[in-house]
Amino acid sequence: MEPLIRLVSVSKVYQMGDIRIRALHSAGLDILPGEMVAVKGPSGSGKSTLMNILGCLDRPTSGQFFLNGRDVANFTADELARTRNQLIGFVFQGFNLLPRTSALENVELPLLYSGTPQKQARKLAVDALTRMGLAERIEHLPNQLSGGQQQRVAIARALVTHPKVILADEPTGNLDTLTSLEVMAVFQELNRNGITIILITHESDIALYARRVLSLRDGRISRDEAVAPRDAMIDLEEVRRQKKTEETDDDDH
Amino acid sequence: MMITRLVNVAVRAIRRNKMRSSLTMLGIIIGVATVVAMVGIGEGASSTVQNQIAAMGDNVLMVMSGGWNRGGVRGGTGSRHTLTLEDVDAIRARAPSVALVAAMTRSSAQVVAGNLNWPTGIIGTTPDYFTIRDMRVTQGRLFTTAENNSASKVCVIGTTVAENLFPGSDPVGAIIRVKNLPFTVIGVLESKGSSPFGGDQDDTLIAPLLTVQRRITGSTTIHMIFCSALSRQDTPQASEQITTILRSMHRLEKSEDDDFFVRTQTDIASTAESVTGVMTMMLGSIAAVSLLVGGIGIMNIMLVSVTERTREIGIRMAVGARPRDILWQFLVEAIVLSLIGGVIGVALGYGICEAVSKIAGWSTLVTTQTIILAMGFASLVGVFFGFYPARKAARLDPIVALHYE
Repeated sequence: MEPLIRLVSVSKVYQMGDIRIRALHSAGLDILPGEMVAVKGPSGSGKSTLMNILGCLDRPTSGQFFLNGRDVANFTADELARTRNQLIGFVFQGFNLLPRTSALENVELPLLYSGTPQKQARKLAVDALTRMGLAERIEHLPNQLSGGQQQRVAIARALVTHPKVILADEPTGNLDTLTSLEVMAVFQELNRNGITIILITHESDIALYARRVLSLRDGRISRDEAVAPRDAMIDLEEVRRQKKTEETDDDDH
Repeated sequence: MMITRLVNVAVRAIRRNKMRSSLTMLGIIIGVATVVAMVGIGEGASSTVQNQIAAMGDNVLMVMSGGWNRGGVRGGTGSRHTLTLEDVDAIRARAPSVALVAAMTRSSAQVVAGNLNWPTGIIGTTPDYFTIRDMRVTQGRLFTTAENNSASKVCVIGTTVAENLFPGSDPVGAIIRVKNLPFTVIGVLESKGSSPFGGDQDDTLIAPLLTVQRRITGSTTIHMIFCSALSRQDTPQASEQITTILRSMHRLEKSEDDDFFVRTQTDIASTAESVTGVMTMMLGSIAAVSLLVGGIGIMNIMLVSVTERTREIGIRMAVGARPRDILWQFLVEAIVLSLIGGVIGVALGYGICEAVSKIAGWSTLVTTQTIILAMGFASLVGVFFGFYPARKAARLDPIVALHYE
C-alpha cells in the first residue's frame, strides 16, 4: 500500500542568534492510510517540530516529505494552506475554538476557506456536529460548553472537510480522566471508519490506545513499535462503573 | 472568497466586539460628520452670497472714477473725480446695450429728527437708480424726475434709519435735518439686508442728485454711475460700449490707461464666490485633518485587534486560510468599519447642519457631492489605514500565532 505520509531524512534546524538548534535529525518515517499512531517523547524531543511539519504548518530545512504522494517540502505558503485545508484536520490541546463564535460557525470555518457554498457548508457542519453527539448544541458558544464538548466541537471542525489524516496535539491535555477516555473513544471510532490518526502526547497512558507508538528523543525517532491497543470504550465503562460505586459508597456513609 | 462572505465574516467580527468596533468607528464618525458639517456650512454661506448678488440685479454695471498715475505714483480707485454729468448723458445717448443710467454722489452726515440723531450715508441720485437697483418703498413713494430737476428737499430712507430716528412712529411726512437743512421724508425703502461683504444696505438716506450736489456737498462731483444692461447677456457689450464712450469723452490717447473702472455684478459675484470658496476649502481641510486622525485611530485599534486576535489568525491559518485570505479579512473589516462610520457620520453631519440652521440662523447646504466626497474619503481612509494592520496579520507565522498567549 502507498504510504499516506513518508518522511525521508527530514531535518529541521532553527537559527537562534548564533546558536543552531537541530530540532529534528534525519527523521525517516512511513505512515500508511488507516493507521493510528502515537508520537511520544519528553519536551524538547522534537515532538512539536515533527507535528508542525506533518501538519504542513512548517517546512523542513532538508529532506523530503511526501503527503498523499506529493512532496510538500517545497510548497509555497498558499499550497501549504490548501493542503492543510483539504488533507489535514487539527485537534489541539487548548481546543482552539474561536471565542464568542457558535459551535456551528466554528465547524464551518474550514469550509469558508475551501470555497464550499454557504448552504452546503452549513449542512456538512451540522452533520459533523451531529456525528460528535452535539446536534442539540450547535448554537452554543464555546464558553457555554464543557471541556469535553469543546474538544468534540474541535474534532467536528477537523472532520468537516473529510481529511485524510487527523493530527491531534495533546488532545486530552486539558481534560480529566473520564473526558479523556471519551475523546480517545471518539478517535478510535473515527480510526475504525478509516481515518488516519496521529496523536502527539507526552502521556504514556494515552499512547496505550494507539496501534503504533513512535518515541522521540533528541530530535531522532528512537523507537517505533506496533502495540495491541486498549479499547477506550471498555476502559470508559470501567471508570464510569467505579465512579458509580464510589458515589453509592458515599451515600452509604 | 466571495465578497459577500468576506463582508459577512467582517460584520460578524465587528459584532463580536461591539465596544471596540464602536470606539474605532467613533473617529471616522466624528471625521465624516465634521467634513459634512463644515462643507455644508461653507456651501450654505456661498449660496447665500450668490442669492444676495442675484438680488442686487445681475445686469447692473457700476462705473467708478479711476485712479491717477503721475510720474509713476499711482492713486487708487476714486482718488480722482473724473466722471461728469456729460458722461452720464453720453452713455444714455450712445450706448445701445445700456437701458438705464443714473449718476450717484455720496456723502455722509449726522442726521437729526426731533431729539434723535443718527449717522448715515447720504446718496444723491436720479429716480432711475431705484429701477436699476430694484429698490422699492414699503411706505410712501420714491421721488420723481421733476423733484430732482427742481432740487426739492425730499428724501427716502432705509429701514435702519427709520428705526433709529422714528422708533414706533410713521416717518412718512416727517422732517429730517441734514446739515441743518430740512428734508421731507416721502418714503421708506424695502429692506435689502446686508451686502455680500457685510455692510448694512438699509442704513441709507437717498435724496435727488441736484439737491445733494447743490445743498449738501456743494460740488458737482459724481462718484459713480449706475447702469443697467438690457439683459444679463448684454452686460459685457454694455461694459465695452461704456468704456469706449468714456475714453472718447475723456479724450484719452491710445497709450493712456482708463481713468475710470467699469465693474459688473458678475465681477463682484466671482470675487465673493472665490472668498466663500476659500472659506469652504479651509473648513473642509480642517475637517479632513480630523478624518485623518480618525483613520489613524482605525489603524491603532486594528493593530491592537490583530495582536489580540493572533490566536484566531493562527486557528484560521491552521484550517486552511491563505495569507491573502487573512489580509482581505482584516482589510474588509477596516473598510466596513469606516463605511458604517461614514454613514453614521453623514447623518450626524447633516443633523449638525440642520441644528446650525435652526439655532444660529445660518443657511447650510449639504449636497450629494459633499456626501459622496465624505464617504469616498472614509473608505479611502479604511483601505489606507487598514492595509498595514491587515498585512501584519497576513504575515504572521501560523505556528507562532497558534501558541500565542
